[in-house]
Amino acid sequence: MRRYIDFYLAAMKISILQDFQYAVAQLFYMIGMLVEPIIYLVVWSTVARQMGGSVGGYTPGTFATYYIVWTLVRNMNIVFTPYGWEWRIKQGQLSMELMRPIHPIHSDVAMLAGMKVVMIAIWLPVAAFLTLFFKPEWNVTWLEILVFFFAIWGAYLIRTMLLSMLGLITFWTTRVSAIFELYFGLELILSGRLVPMSLMPVWVQNLSVYLPFKWTFFFPIETLAGNMSPAELLSGLGMQVVWILLGLLGLNLLWKVALKEYSAVGG
Amino acid sequence: MNPFKLAFLYLRIGVMNELQYRVNFFIQLLQSFIAIAIGLIGLSLVFAQVNELSGWNRNELLAVMGVHILMGGVIRAAIMPNMNRFMGDVQQGTLDFALAKPVDTQFLVSIREFSFWQLVDVVVGLVIVGVAVGLMQTTASLWQALAFVAALVMGALMIYSVYFMVTSLAFWIIRVDQIVNLFEGIYAAGRWPVGIYPDWLRTGLTFLVPVAFAVTVPAEALTNRLTSLTLLGAFGLTVFLLILARSIWKLGLRSYSGASA
Repeated sequence: MRRYIDFYLAAMKISILQDFQYAVAQLFYMIGMLVEPIIYLVVWSTVARQMGGSVGGYTPGTFATYYIVWTLVRNMNIVFTPYGWEWRIKQGQLSMELMRPIHPIHSDVAMLAGMKVVMIAIWLPVAAFLTLFFKPEWNVTWLEILVFFFAIWGAYLIRTMLLSMLGLITFWTTRVSAIFELYFGLELILSGRLVPMSLMPVWVQNLSVYLPFKWTFFFPIETLAGNMSPAELLSGLGMQVVWILLGLLGLNLLWKVALKEYSAVGG
Repeated sequence: MNPFKLAFLYLRIGVMNELQYRVNFFIQLLQSFIAIAIGLIGLSLVFAQVNELSGWNRNELLAVMGVHILMGGVIRAAIMPNMNRFMGDVQQGTLDFALAKPVDTQFLVSIREFSFWQLVDVVVGLVIVGVAVGLMQTTASLWQALAFVAALVMGALMIYSVYFMVTSLAFWIIRVDQIVNLFEGIYAAGRWPVGIYPDWLRTGLTFLVPVAFAVTVPAEALTNRLTSLTLLGAFGLTVFLLILARSIWKLGLRSYSGASA
């Protein structure tokens, strides 16, 4: 255990130092990413106004809250991409990482967790800017803030497992980009990334309860932006724990089978 | 050397290169369909609630979506690959090889690459535009069709100029990789008519990154919204951006020190 903690601290520190060096690049990345929620926000605020003030229980003000929290959750949700796995596996880079006495996934989790620290630092002024322009309505309790803090890390872990499993598909076929895109499309619609779930048809809402996606976007966003009861907040965290455990199990099983397929050329 | 001949030659090389990988065609087609499906779902979610959005009805927004996909295909087929290679050349000092060739270097770095399969998006975009115009049940006049094509060409030239200027920043700041991300992010805003955005954003989308001219204006031509004043303005801005891009490129070239320096 001790050696894992040491490893995580060291890797996170390296990552933080690296990312601060390229703060301008990070800022560009952040601005590029901001456009997506702003589009959704503008479109849905317009719809809400045309409907006489609200749609699906959201007003322009609460839409603004939803999509501003969205930006932070999205940043927390950045994990090692399946395209990165594709590159690693295709290029044989994985060989080097397999030599290390620690599972390669740990370095992914630690490096990107370190990046979050930098991202949050850059996010704060960005959120202030968005608040100025879109006038969100805040209505948060201490419990919500506390749950939010855990929920974003839960979302980070769930998405790490899911996207790593997705990336491992490259072990079997090297033409994976279409599969990845399909996955991201499904995630976009079923997770609350595109619109709050209440704007989706009822059957989509029902379906999403049994899938992991909602617990990586909609749930963490709503802990802060919505008004969930303490019971809902805690059961949501419980669902995250379930998905983290399932993800761990799935990833481990897949990893064992997948490595047998691996044959590196050099590396 | 005739520049058109040269451009055509590079085009042919690009096409021949990609024709070796035919499966990529189907993958590209699949990805286009996924993108369309998501776009249509987005539209249907909006129109489950309202009948029009800021004065644009469903079919008209379908036309905007078609133009957005079409122009996206043009960018990814012809503009982005060239700019990526140009950026890499500046970073690694291999721009020397391009500079040593006896043609205008800006021209050369803008035509060297061509991603043929990305044209799938151009075709798919055109089909969507066609369907949208069909659904609108208005007969498009010849003048409208001409204005549409002119707006598209000018839009592509403007996008090229801005992309080229931003890439030229590589002469001063070496790490501009993230700019590609930034650009793709901003281009996504063109999915909807720029009129729906707040003023500050609309201004940025019109003059900083001319998404408005690249997507909304051609769509306006199709939906009977385009005034000749807008078209004239588009022409003026195109000329201005082309000249500006040229000047920045020349300025940047002075800061370039080559591979062996």
